[in-house]
Amino acid sequence: MSSNKRYWKSVEELKENSSIVEGLKQNEFVEEIPTGEFLGDNNTMESSKTTRRDFLKYVGFSTAAATLAACEGPVKKSIPYVVQPDSIVPGVANFYATTIANGFDFASVLVKTREGRPIKIGSNKMAKSSGHANARVNASVLDLYDSLRVQGPSKDGSDIDWMTFYSETSELLGQVQASGKDIVLMTQTYASPSTTKLISELKGKYSNVRHVIYDAISESAALDAFQNKYGERGLANYDFSKATTIVSVGADFLANWQGGGFDSGYSQGRIPKDGKMSRHIQFESNMTLTGANADKRIPLTPSQQKMALAKLASYVMGGSVPGSLPQEIDAAVQNAASELKKAGSNGVLVTGIDDVNAQAIVIDINESLGSKAFDASAIIKTRQGNNAEVTNLISDMKSGTVGALIMSGVNPMYSLPNAAEFAEGLEKTTSISFTLKADETANKVNYIAAAPHYLESWGDVELKKGHFGLVQPTIRPLFDTQQFQDALLKWTENTLSFTDFIKETWEADILNEGSFNQALHDGVFVGDTAVVAESTSQVETNDAAGQIATDAGNAARALASSVTSSNGMELCLYSKVGMGDGQQANNPWLQEFPDPITKVTWDNYITVSKTDAEALGLINENVANGALNGSYANLTVGDTTLENVPVIIQPGQAKGSIGMALGYGRTEGVKEELQTGSNAFAFYQDFNKVQDVSLSAATGVHEFACTQLHNTLMGRGDIIRETTLEVFNTKDVHYWNAIPEVSKDHQEIPVTSPDANLWDSFDRSIGHHFNLSIDLNACTGCGACVIACHSENNVPVVGKEEIRKSRDMHWLRIDRYYSSEESFSGDNEKKDAASGLFGDDGVKTTLIEMEDPSENPQVAFQPIMCQHCNHAPCETVCPVAATSHGRQGQNHMAYNRCVGTRYCANNCPYKVRRFNWFLYAENDEFDYYMNDDLGRMVLNPDVVVRSRGVMEKCSMCIQMTQKTILDAKRDGREIKDGEFQTACSAACSNGAMVFGDINDKKSEVAHLHEDNRMYHLLESVGTKPNVMYHVKVRNTKEI
Amino acid sequence: MKKSYQNLEDNSNHTMKQAIFRNFSSRFFLLVFITLFSFSSQGILAQEGEAAASGGDPVAGKSLFNAQCAACHKLDKKMTGPALRNVEVRLAEEEGLDREWLNSWIRNSAAMISAGDAYAVKIYAEYNNTAMTAFPQLSDADIDNILAYTAQPKPEPVAAVAAAAGTAGGDGAGGISNKLILGALALLFALLAAGLYLVNKTLRRFADEKGIEIQESEKRVPLWKAFVQNEFLVLVTSIFLLLASGYFAYGWMMQVGVDQGYQPIQPIHYSHKIHAGDNQIDCKYCHSSARVSKHSGIPSLNICMNCHKSIGEVAPETATAEYSKEFYDGEIQKLYQAVGWNEAEQKYTGETSAVKWIRIHNLPDFAYFNHSQHVTVAGVECQTCHGPIEEMEIVYQHAPLTMGWCINCHRETNVDLKDNAYYTKIHEELSKQYGVDQLTAAQMGGLECGKCHY
Repeated sequence: MSSNKRYWKSVEELKENSSIVEGLKQNEFVEEIPTGEFLGDNNTMESSKTTRRDFLKYVGFSTAAATLAACEGPVKKSIPYVVQPDSIVPGVANFYATTIANGFDFASVLVKTREGRPIKIGSNKMAKSSGHANARVNASVLDLYDSLRVQGPSKDGSDIDWMTFYSETSELLGQVQASGKDIVLMTQTYASPSTTKLISELKGKYSNVRHVIYDAISESAALDAFQNKYGERGLANYDFSKATTIVSVGADFLANWQGGGFDSGYSQGRIPKDGKMSRHIQFESNMTLTGANADKRIPLTPSQQKMALAKLASYVMGGSVPGSLPQEIDAAVQNAASELKKAGSNGVLVTGIDDVNAQAIVIDINESLGSKAFDASAIIKTRQGNNAEVTNLISDMKSGTVGALIMSGVNPMYSLPNAAEFAEGLEKTTSISFTLKADETANKVNYIAAAPHYLESWGDVELKKGHFGLVQPTIRPLFDTQQFQDALLKWTENTLSFTDFIKETWEADILNEGSFNQALHDGVFVGDTAVVAESTSQVETNDAAGQIATDAGNAARALASSVTSSNGMELCLYSKVGMGDGQQANNPWLQEFPDPITKVTWDNYITVSKTDAEALGLINENVANGALNGSYANLTVGDTTLENVPVIIQPGQAKGSIGMALGYGRTEGVKEELQTGSNAFAFYQDFNKVQDVSLSAATGVHEFACTQLHNTLMGRGDIIRETTLEVFNTKDVHYWNAIPEVSKDHQEIPVTSPDANLWDSFDRSIGHHFNLSIDLNACTGCGACVIACHSENNVPVVGKEEIRKSRDMHWLRIDRYYSSEESFSGDNEKKDAASGLFGDDGVKTTLIEMEDPSENPQVAFQPIMCQHCNHAPCETVCPVAATSHGRQGQNHMAYNRCVGTRYCANNCPYKVRRFNWFLYAENDEFDYYMNDDLGRMVLNPDVVVRSRGVMEKCSMCIQMTQKTILDAKRDGREIKDGEFQTACSAACSNGAMVFGDINDKKSEVAHLHEDNRMYHLLESVGTKPNVMYHVKVRNTKEI
Repeated sequence: MKKSYQNLEDNSNHTMKQAIFRNFSSRFFLLVFITLFSFSSQGILAQEGEAAASGGDPVAGKSLFNAQCAACHKLDKKMTGPALRNVEVRLAEEEGLDREWLNSWIRNSAAMISAGDAYAVKIYAEYNNTAMTAFPQLSDADIDNILAYTAQPKPEPVAAVAAAAGTAGGDGAGGISNKLILGALALLFALLAAGLYLVNKTLRRFADEKGIEIQESEKRVPLWKAFVQNEFLVLVTSIFLLLASGYFAYGWMMQVGVDQGYQPIQPIHYSHKIHAGDNQIDCKYCHSSARVSKHSGIPSLNICMNCHKSIGEVAPETATAEYSKEFYDGEIQKLYQAVGWNEAEQKYTGETSAVKWIRIHNLPDFAYFNHSQHVTVAGVECQTCHGPIEEMEIVYQHAPLTMGWCINCHRETNVDLKDNAYYTKIHEELSKQYGVDQLTAAQMGGLECGKCHY
């Protein structure tokens, strides 16, 4: 589709024969520059005391003087410990296993500390489940060093000490009990056996204690459905590696659905093995990470999803449901149902619809299929929030029956849509908040109890039933903080420390004669003892969910009849991979983390489909410097309105639906520059992610900071090679993974042939030769590697303005491409079909058309970092030899040698080199983490912080390979496969990134190098990269 | 005395300062020697008298004492156990305890405590209920010898000073004779010059008298004018001068940022010469992290206290002409101050303060250096880079620490491949490729930029 848009700078340009426009065309400057006045007047020139020569002398002298003055070296102090702890050797990292449990993310992690400072979070490979650190968990180490953390307890804004805090609060609890009012604990999901025990002890001491668990983003519907069915509050566990057919109705299970962490199992099933891989069908409204990975994606509005699920239930289990779907959607649903039935126990169905009936249907269908992937025994305990209780609490607070409200790990003033009512209630009670930050809620309470970060805390978590994790401190508390559990111990007059309390609890209830120290070392413990769950459900939970039907047929009918035909738009709220529920909003790594789908940083926006955007007059456009601009829209849900929300036109967005991310729009406890986006929690009414919304265009243009400006591959199938499972299984490898050929003496020879080479190759057969393998089938695009790379390599944060100027510093980016036809193979065909230059099927028209992604495109992700070419184009153009090649395959970059010509970046075909336009450390203009002493504690001391004016890029984590080699040399042993890792390969628990030594013929990466699916990016250029990709295979055949 | 140290520290050149201050200090010691001599002579006489009185052999006693007792006892200071100077006399006079008591205490103190001997119980309680090791192997004669040694009176610090003064005096005499000879020579030359002048004058007078005209030499173009007129010579000279100044300018600029010889004054005067040189303490005893870490590590103060808990002062022999015993003892007190050690009560007060050492070897941030690679894997001696540390009273930077210096060593040094399973395969293949048996660090890839810069 060609564009006839004409860009104009002023209205004057629209007039024909305007003299002003003509004048401006001739003269660049509106007024003459008065050079003559200045230089032409001889008198002035002669009377000037400073001649040009004098001026040059002064400049020369002052430069020389400054240079000489700078020669004096500073005196550096070196201060040893007075008493060195046994476990610390300066310069050697220690690793501690712990567990993150911040109410949104729960994972067993391994923390790397240097000289007593945690500097990196990694996955705990010893954990059998929940050992996957996602992007947010990887970034959580930076929250520890947040300069805005509360540093001690305070009362009504003035600092107090903990003695006062405890004496006053104990007195308060006594008074509340005497007055007959309630003491309410409003906490995040702790899933902690010890905390549960402590709370029940508090209930024993005070008769009127109530515990309300509040998840900012609720999974209450799924919990209720599960509880109705099995009598226990929890979530069913899914192991997608055991499923061959996966059908999802609105469940973004590769991102944050039901606590997340399902992606590694999913990826296992996606790698074609013996000609088989899983098939994934996704029905959804927003384009999600999960939908982007699906083999078949059907965009549906939320109400259509409900109907589709009801229909699906009827097709699988029999029975009939009222209502109807458009014909092609109905066909797709029927098809999904038949695939599920054929798969039988290998099939699995999941849904993300916030409706008890919908969740009940899923449980029933999975039960009836006998799905192996569905597990109702090792249930997930990390979401326990109860909507009805929260609603009750607010009304109780307003009526004044709550005497004391003790909050921990929650921020209801931010995350409740009816925050105003909550604030009203707060005024009628005495409130305490255990919090890391002076956030929206903390600023309204009576007592702020400064809480430690999880890396400074003790704790325990029951991640899944029988799967436990221990939380241990990895640093001494930075500030004067106390845990919520410490306070519970004080209030129950228990003299034990929380550490001892956990130990006691574990030894009594969990360990079953196992060693506590071993569990602490491993960070995880798998037991078979059932821990007594706290009974929190005092309220009839089913009220909010409407009619509950007992069996699936009834549930499906109930679900279908609950669908109301809405004429307006439907808003579908979701949480981003980078921002979660918003508690990490002050984390610059996460703010600058590009959203996996839109690639937009530092922003919240609504996503609309192209059709709707055209109807409403909303636009997205790339302006002269390439940056993305977009319209604003006003949104109204019920009587709540958000004005000027930026708009992104999202390919694949279901027509009639709008997506918007929760977790943005924080205003307190967050640096000003990080207060991005608007708060979508205002629309999260009745804990329902789907709302009817009315939308209108607003005036103004929003400036986005988007890291990827070109969205389609334009038929260049060479960049992301992909094929279908059918072709993969039946055709020869040369058909679907051909090596490009060049002509030599009129003979076609493959580019990998030595004859097609300008350079002589080095001999790399000796020693190590590192290769990184990236499997495009296993990569879900989750971005954990991006943050891991940031934290390992001291990659600076540059801010929104700089990102907009395409000056992002990510060493590792994940490119996301949309197909402009229905599929990428369609793109290739269309491009090949073009003939001639002009005309309807000419190359020009075709290419212009191909710039636009399809309505419901196929999506592909491709992580790209420096490819470490053996014949590197960057090395040959560096005038100062700052970049050079190592025998081990790494392309080295000597920052201290670089003079900043940027020739290398220009000559790099992969565009992976990053230039330091500014000094990002200790610079007030970039007031992120590298600008304060606290934030700089996260820096990796083994990697240099680059200065202004030098080029930088992925080093293939040479500091890590060097460390591995040194350790082996010191121990006098050979290196085993798997020891070599990069930050990204270690962070990838999906098995997409594998790193190793291809000279070790037994290594996994050597096998991957010989794999049929292996190809190199832009192989035709002849760069011979040391990073390889594996052809993406899609299971598109409908069974 | 203090003044001389101050001057020493200010002086950057190590060899120079010795020459300058030798005279001053020698004279000073001479003075001390004279003033103290009368006191010391009396002391020495008294010492001889008492040692003879106590029956045992104090020399044998000293070696026994050092072998058996010194871990817990000192003669004049409380340590783990009480001070033992004149212990026999003291016990007899103050507590009325005899040799028998002492013998049985030494051979088995625990038995006496459990038997309830009053003084035994008291002393056990006084020293934190630390039981003394039993020494049943000591014969009566051994105990006699030890007691004879403990009965020796406390030597005055004079002896060391006297010895120092003696040697200093000798040096001084040498200096004076040299000067005499030089002075005589100068006088001789002056006389010769005067003689020649007089002879010249006399001869001229004779010539005048005899009417002989001395021919004045012809006035020639002055040399500098001739030089200026010779364009070729000027050109060659200026080229030479330019090249020479370029050479020196380059040399000067290349030393910018190179701190070879940097020798800052440290907050505690810690002498590597005494520790690593005289006492042969292994470098890695204190700098233990050099074996496993990138940093050699500045030892934490608890490492110092492993030894200095019992070494509260230096031996009199340790003092040198430049640094007196009092000075060194004062430095040990600084350590006690920092680590919070109460010497009198032999326990930690808990009040610590950090010692802010001045870092001598400063590699820039962009260069990665790992001690363990060089110390443990390669087996490089510390002295290879740090110079004769065991001779340094004050440590200075021995090596230039420039990249050229690093690279040079990597080019010349063979990798120690023996008995290291990591190298076995790589060595075999690489030596086949290069056709040599030994491989340098450079051949192993030790010259690649990325090995040190990341």
